[in-house]
This record gives sequence, structure tokens and C-alpha cells, in this order.
Amino acid sequence: MSSAPTVLFDTLGPKGRRRSRAASIAASVVFAVIVAVVGSRLAATGQFSEDKLGPLFNPGNENFSLLWKFLGAGLYNTILVAAISVAVSVVIGTVLAVCRVSATPWYRWLVVSVIETFRAVPVVLLVYAVSRVLPALDTPLPLMWYLIIGIVLYNSVSIAEIIRGGIAALPRGQREAAESLGLSKLDTMRLVILPQAFKMMLPALISQIAIAVKETSLGFVISFEELLRRGQVAIQTLNNPLQMFFVIGVIYIVINVSVGRLARIAEKHSTGKDHRPGPSPISSTTPTDTDTPAVSRI
Amino acid sequence: METVIQNLDLFFQGWLGTLKICGAAVIGALVLGVLLAAARVSPVPVLQRFAAGYLFIVLNCPLAVVLFFIAFGLPQIGINGSYFAFGICGLILYTAAFVCEALRGGINSVGVGQAEAARSLGLGIPGILRRVILPQALRSSLPPMTNVLVQMIKNSAIVGAFGVGGDLFKVADSLVAGQGLPAIPILAGVIVGYMVTIMPVAALMGALERKVAVVR
Repeated sequence: MSSAPTVLFDTLGPKGRRRSRAASIAASVVFAVIVAVVGSRLAATGQFSEDKLGPLFNPGNENFSLLWKFLGAGLYNTILVAAISVAVSVVIGTVLAVCRVSATPWYRWLVVSVIETFRAVPVVLLVYAVSRVLPALDTPLPLMWYLIIGIVLYNSVSIAEIIRGGIAALPRGQREAAESLGLSKLDTMRLVILPQAFKMMLPALISQIAIAVKETSLGFVISFEELLRRGQVAIQTLNNPLQMFFVIGVIYIVINVSVGRLARIAEKHSTGKDHRPGPSPISSTTPTDTDTPAVSRI
Repeated sequence: METVIQNLDLFFQGWLGTLKICGAAVIGALVLGVLLAAARVSPVPVLQRFAAGYLFIVLNCPLAVVLFFIAFGLPQIGINGSYFAFGICGLILYTAAFVCEALRGGINSVGVGQAEAARSLGLGIPGILRRVILPQALRSSLPPMTNVLVQMIKNSAIVGAFGVGGDLFKVADSLVAGQGLPAIPILAGVIVGYMVTIMPVAALMGALERKVAVVR
């Protein structure tokens, strides 16, 4: 993988290969030293003891099944919140996007300012604000809904921008053809524009799921018991924060990598079966990076 | 409205706190991000793999998990520090991955032919980097970099929420939850605080983009 030519360097010659190998060895030594130091530090402070690792990894440990049941319920909440948030956000985001592209100027201004405002506010602040403002307005909800509403407020504007990108990338002829067939504005949107925009933006929309999963971890601000908060509660009795948050990190990584893989499959699917005439605008407009599809927005 | 005006100095303190977190984090994240990007695009396999592994972990983990791991984990192995230091550390480690991605995207957007043309003109590697590749790569990194900076400012609220204190988020929390003041005006004030932080950054980066833009 090292010698593939990129814009920065050509295929390495004998001298370059020697240098690269020397640098590799030097870097390996440095990493080995770091790993050894960290490892001995971990061992010296008893981080590998049964006390700390057992509840997480050893099925024979008395706390094992209890802990994993506890964390599993948190994971269930995480996934539930992410799923509901994304589903609702897609609906609201579509409505916002359609408003933004089809509105008459005076209320497009309103839609644009709503979208731009929510994009400039931290999600954690939105979640917190929802959890404070709704009870103050005499509409207390279960904690889970504060988190969901906060995430939805942020994600629906992100999704609106994604879908707007999809609509903008469609050739003008699509709308003109639909209108010349006598379709109403609504039917043009519903039957012609949106299906194509969705298909084109499917990878970006799936990536948004991974972002929503990451955002559910903000439940700790309002003490909603999702995965991270459950871990935080569990370490108060087990006293193994390093091990606990390591495992929780791995769980988030596994979820997000699976979602990312899904996005890549969707991307292949949506680029592979493209029957529209003319050069496909997909590659230039889809804001996903094929390497790490879940990143660009948090 | 009055509640906001009465506590205006607190808001200002919080705003300075947010700026302090962001200022420290942006310097650290840029340095670490540049190093990571250099490792990622270097011809040394070990460095490449290390950078790729780092990106894989950090890009797929929520910031909150990174912060918890650092702040609760490190004291366990005898590394003590203030929550403020841990919080900034976490934000740096997290943001650096996105800085690296923005830079790498910029470098990858430069066509291979550019370097080939530069080589055939007789430029050496430093010359190619300095005069041909980096000017183009940095230009196309600017828009994603703006996004990274804006996200970092917003993520500083997570650092605040996490207990660092002294930033805008914490001011809102202490006024609303601590003193029981009405939530809506206070939170609106804090939202305005984030907007006046983010908008100049976005505008400045936009101006920079236009200034260095090249018509092709």
C-alpha cells in the first residue's frame, strides 16, 4: 500500500524504499515503546485485574450478566432514540427542503433563517433547552423525548440541506418534463423530484444515522439512561472507568461502522443503476467520503 | 429579556470561557491534525496505518465517550489534571481527526498530473509541495475546514456540559437549573452567544476562501 503513486510521491525507487523502510522501523520502535510504557502503567495500577475486567469480559464473574443486561438496556435506548430521531428528522427535513426550494420569497426567508439558526446551535444545548423549556411550558414528557426532540431539531435541518442538495443536483429538464405532462406542483415534487433526490442522497442520509447515533450519547446531559450514561452509572459501583468506556467506545464504533458499510452498499446501488441520461451528477454532489462516510458533520 | 440584561456580565464571562476553550483547542487540533495528515499521506506504511487507525477510532466515537474515557480513565493510571485540561485534551484529540480529514481531502483533490507536470519542469520535492501541491490542496481544504471549526465551537458546549465550567453552556445551566431563572430568555441568550461566536469565524473563513480563490 505504501508504494502506490499518489499526487505527493511517485512509485518509490530503491533509495526511497530503503528510506521508507528505515522510517517504518523507527516509527514501529517508537510505538512499541509507547505501548510498553502504557501497558506497564496499566499493569502497575492493576487495570488488568479480575475486579476491573471480569464484569465486562468474564462470563463466570458474578456481575457479568447483571452488567450486560444493564448495558444492553442502555444500548436498546440508544438505538431506539437514534431510529426514532432519524425517522422523524427525515420527514421534517423533507418538508423543510421542499419549503426552501418552492417557497415564495417572503416565507423562504423564514425557512432559511430557521435552518441557519438551528445549524449554529450545539446539539447538546438543544437537548438541554428542550428538557428545560418544555416543562416550563407545562408539557413535561419522558426524558427520552427531550433527547429525541433535541436531536430532531438539529438533524432535520441537516437532512433538509442534504435533500435540498439532491433536488438542486437534478437536471432542470426533470421538472420541466413533469410540468409539461400536466402534473401539478405537488405531484411534480412527489412523483418526480423527491424520489430521485432521495435516491441520489441515500448514502448521505444513511451517514446521518451514524451522526444521530453519536448524538444520542448526549443523553448524559439530561441523565437519560442510554448506553453512555448507563456506563457512567455502572462505574460508580464497579470502579473501572477505563475498561468500561473502552468497551462502550467499541460498541459505538461497531454500530457506526455497520451503518457506514450500509451507506457504501447504498452508494454502490444508487450509482450502479442510474438510468438517467447525461452525465450523472452523483459523484460531484454526494457529500460523503467513501473512506469514512459518517463524518463530515459532527 | 431583563433576566438576560441583569446577568449580562455572567454571559460575557461564559462567552470568554467558550473562547478560551476554543482558542486552546483550535491550536492543538491544527497542530495534531497537520501531523496526522502528514502521517496519513506519507510513504511510510507504519505511519499511514497508525493515522488510519486513529481516524477510524475517533471518527466513529462520540466526543462524549472520548471525554469520559480521558477524564475518568486517566486518573486511574495516575495521570491527574483539572477537568478543564482533560476537556480541552479531549476536544483536541477529537477535532484533530476532522482537521486531518479536511487536509487529506484537499491533498487528494489535487490531480496527479499537477505533480507530474511540476516534476517534468524540474522542481524538486520541496518545490513541488510548496509551489504546486500545497497551494491547491489548502485552497480546497478551506470549506471543510470552516465546517470543522464551526463544529468545534459547537462541540465546546459538550466539554462545558461535561463539567468543565465557565463556558456559555455552563452559564445557562447555572442560571436555569441553579438559580431557577426562566429558561427561555436565558437559553435564547446563550444561543445568540454561540451565533455571535460562529458567524465571525464562518464569515472570516468565507472571506479567506474568496481572497485565495483562483478562477480556473
